[in-house]
This record gives sequence, structure tokens and C-alpha cells, in this order.
Amino acid sequence: MPPPGDNLLEVENLRVSFSTEAGTAKVLDGVNLALQPGEIVGLVGESGCGKTTLANAILGILARNARHEAGAIRFGGEDLLAMSQRRIETEVRGRRIAFIPQDPYGSFNPLFTVGAQIMEVMKWKSPLRKVSEGRGLAGFFSRYPRARRREDMARVAEMLRAVQIPDPAVATAKLPHEFSGGQRQRLMIALALLPSPQLVIADEPTTALDVTIQAQILKLLKKLAKESGISVLFTTHDLGTAYEICDRICVMYAGQEVETAPVEEFFRRPRHPYTVRLLESLPRPGRPLAGIGGEIPALIAPPSGCRFHPRCAFAADACRGLRPPVTVIGGGHDVRCYHPVVEGAPA
Amino acid sequence: MRAVRDILAKLVRDPSAAVGLAIIFLLIAVAVLAPVLATHPDAVWDMNPRQRLLPPSETYVFGTDRMGADIYSRILFGARITLIIAIVAVGAALLIGVPIGLVSGWRGNWLGEGLMRVSDIFLAVPQIVLAIAISQTLGPSIENVILALSVTYWPWFTRLVHAEVRSLRNETFIEAAIALGVPTWRIVLLHVLPNVASPIIVRTSIGMGFTILTASALGFLGLGAPPPAPEWGRMISESREFLPEAWWSALAPGLAIFLVVMGFNLLGDGLRDVLDPRIRRATTGR
Amino acid sequence: MRILALLLVRVAWLIPTLAGLIAIVFVISRVIPSDPVALLAGETASRAQIELLRQKLGLDRPLPVQLAGYYRQLMTGDLGTSLFTTRPVWDDLSARLPATIELTVAAMIVSVGLGIPLGVIAALYRNRAADHVLRIVSVAGLAVASFWLALMLQLFFAMDLGWLPLQARITGFPPPPITGFYVIDALVEGNFPRLGNVLAHLTLPALTLAFPALATVVRFTRAGVLETLQRPFVAYQRAMGIPAGLIVWKYVLRNSLVSTVTQIGLLFGILLAGAVVIETVFQWPGIGAYAFEAILHSDYAAVMGFTVYAGVVFGLVNLMVDICHALLDPRGASA
Repeated sequence: MPPPGDNLLEVENLRVSFSTEAGTAKVLDGVNLALQPGEIVGLVGESGCGKTTLANAILGILARNARHEAGAIRFGGEDLLAMSQRRIETEVRGRRIAFIPQDPYGSFNPLFTVGAQIMEVMKWKSPLRKVSEGRGLAGFFSRYPRARRREDMARVAEMLRAVQIPDPAVATAKLPHEFSGGQRQRLMIALALLPSPQLVIADEPTTALDVTIQAQILKLLKKLAKESGISVLFTTHDLGTAYEICDRICVMYAGQEVETAPVEEFFRRPRHPYTVRLLESLPRPGRPLAGIGGEIPALIAPPSGCRFHPRCAFAADACRGLRPPVTVIGGGHDVRCYHPVVEGAPA
Repeated sequence: MRAVRDILAKLVRDPSAAVGLAIIFLLIAVAVLAPVLATHPDAVWDMNPRQRLLPPSETYVFGTDRMGADIYSRILFGARITLIIAIVAVGAALLIGVPIGLVSGWRGNWLGEGLMRVSDIFLAVPQIVLAIAISQTLGPSIENVILALSVTYWPWFTRLVHAEVRSLRNETFIEAAIALGVPTWRIVLLHVLPNVASPIIVRTSIGMGFTILTASALGFLGLGAPPPAPEWGRMISESREFLPEAWWSALAPGLAIFLVVMGFNLLGDGLRDVLDPRIRRATTGR
Repeated sequence: MRILALLLVRVAWLIPTLAGLIAIVFVISRVIPSDPVALLAGETASRAQIELLRQKLGLDRPLPVQLAGYYRQLMTGDLGTSLFTTRPVWDDLSARLPATIELTVAAMIVSVGLGIPLGVIAALYRNRAADHVLRIVSVAGLAVASFWLALMLQLFFAMDLGWLPLQARITGFPPPPITGFYVIDALVEGNFPRLGNVLAHLTLPALTLAFPALATVVRFTRAGVLETLQRPFVAYQRAMGIPAGLIVWKYVLRNSLVSTVTQIGLLFGILLAGAVVIETVFQWPGIGAYAFEAILHSDYAAVMGFTVYAGVVFGLVNLMVDICHALLDPRGASA
């Protein structure tokens, strides 16, 4: 990991569990992650690996039955988990950390125009907003000065053009259902970038879209983020989309991060057995489909140590004991395995 | 049978549903055991002018009414009337309404629409208005109350069943059954009915509660069982002229009604949560 | 436009539905053991005189003919003459309508004005103390016999404490009739003691009437809000740091209201039904009490008149609910 102090976001040994009727699900088991300013990091993993939970934990919107067991989330040096709810709501969410949701269809309120919803965000989160404007009573009765509103509207129009929504004046008067999924997601990108955030968390933003649209959206997000030097934490289960947009990739399995590497290195020299199998499972012409035997473990009684060991060909006693520590391979490539793979053979 | 036991088990775990269930059992027990539980089983129908309007005491747990009868005992016997009215009226409404709903939901054509229009007619005015008209016409008696209530309640079952059948009709598994040539009656009986059973059961429980309220309202208005029958609604109306001094004679029967209806409502809610959390809550009401 | 088409269809259906309702009530009210004509004619009337009266009233002709005659009569807007009050039914109804409307509106205001916020609170504090209390209240509200509640309230507030009047709309002389609504008329008159008097009289009946309606509103609002809270746009707004109060009271409420509005039709049914009993208990000179007396006296014309009124009101209310529904929800997008 890069030296501390440089990082925009540092997740340190984060442990989160959910209490359910069936027991306590240990969803995040000591996750570590670092993000530098201006970089796009992909969080890759199958369903249930905890990537969405991690994203929610950073934003502070975990469900009510979630328990923060250990660890810290440092953003710009401050631990978000120790911050007051009021500060997180006003300063962090939607302002310094923005969000792009997975579901462009449900994430807009169907009864309000797109313009009204965008301006609602601008009212509270525009970079031009001054503290003196106050919050009123639970959000009601606060002022939106006309001058700032006009400037904000100009910025909105500009941003809409940047995300290729034609004719912003007409578009803002429309209702969400009048837009296609791809267009809505582009609106979401606009909404995420308008507050000039330092970090955008994109939670599987293209999963709900048609394949042909996905590349479009991803390219747009990457371009706009890089232009403004905004970091992106991008979760996905699709390695292809990760390759498209990310600078670095971090793989998660069952609540543990197992490997982190710069994108090219990741695809060319994967080290963790799980990563290797994951890459092998990508469909390729001329080869039969490969899978990984076994199932994703239930998190109420997860495997001990390295949670992948029941399905790993190289599992040994050490793997069942303590979780493997970080092995630094160099060049920003870390892996957590007692037997990292070297060019096809176990170490 | 195991399904029933599972349902009961889940029901008991929900505290409010358990309370509802307990109240219903209590009601049934009271109705059946009234002669045993009553302190003055014979005095229910008699007149004891010397003991009229006595406040609650050790002998007369809820005091006495204007005829000198023990209110507590009258309430216990009144439970029989309440239970009979509820069971028969709702049962009849069910037996009328469900088949009509099945037919009208299954056939979307003029027959289906027509039946729905007919049920709309009955729903065009609040139940109590029509019930008053009917029972007043036929004369005050328990049978007429039951008749009036069932005649005015069946549309609720019909609407419910109609809506459910209509949506089920479009389900793939029904289409498959039709395509395979399964006769209609089999489809309806074996595939449709079990799926509609849950909302019907919930509606039945809630319907019992509302029927009891309407029945007691009819009794209050003088249209129920004639005196000296210990019908709860009538007991309240009889107590009116002696207020505020003899407040106990108005309080007790009302509490009985409240308790019983609460029981059915709690049970109905519990059943709704247990049987099918997906049941559209928008289509509830009475 | 779609809404227009919907409206026309609904209005069109209103007519046969009403006709059917009238037919049913007509038949019911004519099938009676006792003979109101005899009652009307008086105890000393002879057989022949009774028959003459019956002929005069047209009650000797076969039922279908009478029904047809009634339909024809309705077309001309004539609701007949009350056997009991000997006044045209239309006059009776219009004289008593304001009282019922005043009561119903007051009950509506209480049940909706109080019920919606309480429902939202119950949803927000789900399964915590406030929610449990509100759930008990709403279950109780639907389990209480309204006439009994009326009596208990009368007992407590009127007889024991003497805070509120026992019955009727006013003690003393009513305000000069402009609208027929005592509250408005007293306000217009500027007579505040009288206004206070009127409001005091309105309190108990309105509260009693509102209680089951309040319970219903709380339940539906709670359910609607709970459902809406699950939807992705709520999570999105939260993730983007929009103030929580705004999310709930501006956005979530609006989405939940769409389904609550549908229940207002139901509400009206409850209020209309309750009005009959409550007006009787509180001696409130409205249509509900009129209907009950009419039925008691086998006053055909009045019973029919009330039925027509109830059917029309009900139909119109449901129509307006549908309009509101279509307006609030431009696309049928919500639950």
C-alpha cells in the first residue's frame, strides 16, 4: 500500500457484521483498502462478497442491523466512523463523497421532474453553497438564494451537456420515466460530479444496463473523473468493466480482500488462487467454460482463516488458521495468501 | 395438517396475534360454558325489580341492569348470541361471495363484469344503511340480523376473490394447466383456490370483527334480538336512560364488544403477516 | 385525454349502479309485514278509507310499475314526499344536509390532519415505543363500537366533567343562516361566543366519528410510508446527503400519499356509515338521523331519497378520488 498520509481514502481492518434471525453474518472480515487522489480503483467480487457493504459503510448508510465491530475508515485523514451523523450528512455525503447507484430506474423519484431532483441536490451540495444558508427546520424553510440558484442552474446545464444529455432546458422539465436507462445513468453521473466531490463511489453502475450502453457510460465516467482529478471507487462483479475503467483492481472474496494490483499487472500476473480461477472462468473461444468448484460460504459460519481455503487447490493447514497477512509483491501489487501462484505453479 | 400447525406456531410467536388468538378462545369458552361461568345463570332472562340498577359488588360483578338482572351473567350469555351471529353471517357471506368471485374473476366477459356490477350495487352504500333497511323491514330478531349482515357482506369476499383470480389467471402455471387440457373445475379447485385461500382467511377474521360491530349497532338501534335477549348492543341502548348514575350498565357490554372485536382484528392482522406478507395491503379496509 | 375517458366511463357506470341500488332498496322497503298506510290513515280509519289513501299514494299498483314510476319521477328531480313529515323529501334532505356535511368535514379534518403525520411517525419509529402505541390506538379505533364510544365520551366529558355539551348543534339560537354551516355562519357573523358554542357542540360527535377513520388513516399511511422507504430513490437521496427530514416529509410522503388518497374513498364510507348511528346518539339534526327515523317509520319516500343521496355522494367521492389519483401520479408509477 502507498505510504499513509498520501491517501484520500483508507479503509483499515474493517470488520462489519449483520445481526439476523439466523445468526450474526460476518460480512466484512478485516478489509483493507487505500485510494489515492485521482485514481480509479475497482472493487471486484461475486455477489455477496461484501463490496456493496463496504461502499455503504464508507457512506455511512448501512442497515439498522449492521454492527461495526472493528477498524476505521479514514477519509482525508479523519475517521468517518467516528464522525457525527450531522457532519457526515452535511459535509461528506453528496459533497466530498458522491454516489452513483446501481439502479438507474428506481433511484429517481418517479413523481418529481429530473430538474427538481437535481436542483434539490444543488441546493444542499453545490460547491457555491455557504454555511450561512442554514438548514431550517429538518430541511424545510431554508433559503436558496436566487443568485446562487441561477449560477447553479448554469452549471447544471453545462454538466448535462458534458454527459451528453441534449437540450438541458427541456430535459430538466421531464420526468424520470421519459429517459432511457442509459440516459438516467448519465444523469446520475452528472449528479455525482456536480458537487465537485473528491471521491465518487459507483456501485455497479452498469449492471442494470444493456451491454452496448455499458462501455459508453464507463468511458464517459472515466473521462470526466480524470479531467477533474476525482477519485472513483468502482464496484463490479464483471472483470471486463473493471478492465475498461480502472487504474487498480482489488478483489474481494467472502468479506476479505485477497489481492490488489494495478490493472495490467492484475490481468497478466494474478497471484491469488481465487483471482487466477476468476480470470480463467472468463469465457474464451476454443476453450470449455471453466468454473470454480464449491460454493460461496454462508457468512454466519464462515470458514476460518483464509475464507477461500475450502475451494482452493493449494489449501494447507496454515490457510485454515490465521488469515494470511499481506505479501507485498512490489509495484503496488499486494496479495494475501500463504501460497501465491507464480506463473501457474504454487509457491 | 402440518401446514396448519406451522401457521399456528408462527402465529403464536407474534405477541399481538397470540393475544388475539387467546381472546377468541376465551370468547368460545365463555359462550360454551356460560351456564357454568355465570354467577346468576337463571336470572339472565328474569325480572328482579328489587335488585335493579345495583352497582358492581361481590354478588353482582358488573352490577345489575334496569330489570335487576346480573349484567355479568347477561354478558356471558350474550357471547353466545355474538358468536352465532358472527359465524353464521360471515360464513354465509363467504359461501355466497367466494363462488361468485371465482366465477366472475375467471370469466372476464360480460358475466364476470356483470357480477362485479351487482356487487358494486351492494357496496354503493355503507353496509349498515342497507342492513338497517333490511332488518327493520323484516322485524327485530337474530335471524333477520344474520340475514341482513350476510346479504350486505358477501360483496367484500367477491371483490377480493375476483381481484386475486384475475391476477392469477395471467400466471404462467395456470396458462400451462389450461394448455395441458386440465378441466376448468380442476384448475379452479386445485390451483386457484389454494392461492386465494390466504386473503380469504384474513378477510374472514377481520370480517368477524366488523360484523360484530354492525350487529351490535343494529342491536343498539333496536333492530336486533328483542328483549330480554342479552344482546350486547341492546344492553347498551337500554342503559342510556339511566346514565350517568348507572354507568356500569353501559360500560361493561361495550368493553365486551371492544375486546372481542380487538381479538378478531389482531388475529386477522397476525394471519395476514404469517400467511402471506405479499398480500397487497392497499386492498384492505373492512 | 386519458383522465377524461376514465371520468366519462365512471360517470356512465354510476347510473346503472344507482338504478340497481334503488331497485333493491325499493323492493326491500315495500316488502314489509306492517302497513304504513294504515298507520298513516290513523286508528279510526275504515278499510275503505285506507284503500282510498293507498290508491291515492299509488301504493296499490304492482311493484315493477311503482319502480318504473319512481325512476320517471327521479328524472324530473322529484324525490317524492315524506310520509312522515309531509314535506317534499328534497326539502327535508337539503335542510339537514349542512349539518351532516359540517360533521363529516370536521371528522375528515381530524382523521386526515392527525392521521397522516401520526402514520408517518409510526413508520419512522417502526417497532419502537411510538409505533407500538400508535398501533394499539389504530387497532382499538377499529374495534370500538362507535355508539358506545359516543356514550362513554358523553358520560365523561358532558355528564361527569361538564366540559362539553351533551348533544345537538348549539344551545340557544343558531347564527343567521347564510350557508347553513354554523361554524361558517358564526364566523361571518363575527359572534365569537356563539362560535365557541358551536365548536363545543361539534367536538364530541366529530371526535367519535373520526376515531375509526383516524385509525384507518394511520394504518394506511404507516404501511404506505414503510413500503416507500424501501424504494431505491430513498436510499439514493440518503447517500447523497439530502436532509433526512426533507426526504421523509417532502418526497416519501408524496409517494405514499398516492395510495392513501385511494383510501379516502373508503374513509368516506366509514364516515357516512358512522354518521347514521352517531347523529342518532348525539341528536345531531343531520341526514343520518333522518334516515334512521325514516326507516323506523317505514317512510318510503324518505328512505328512497336517502338511498339516492348516499349512492350519489358515494359515487361522486370515488370519482374524485380517482381524479386525484390520476393527477397525483402522472404515470401510474407508484404502488
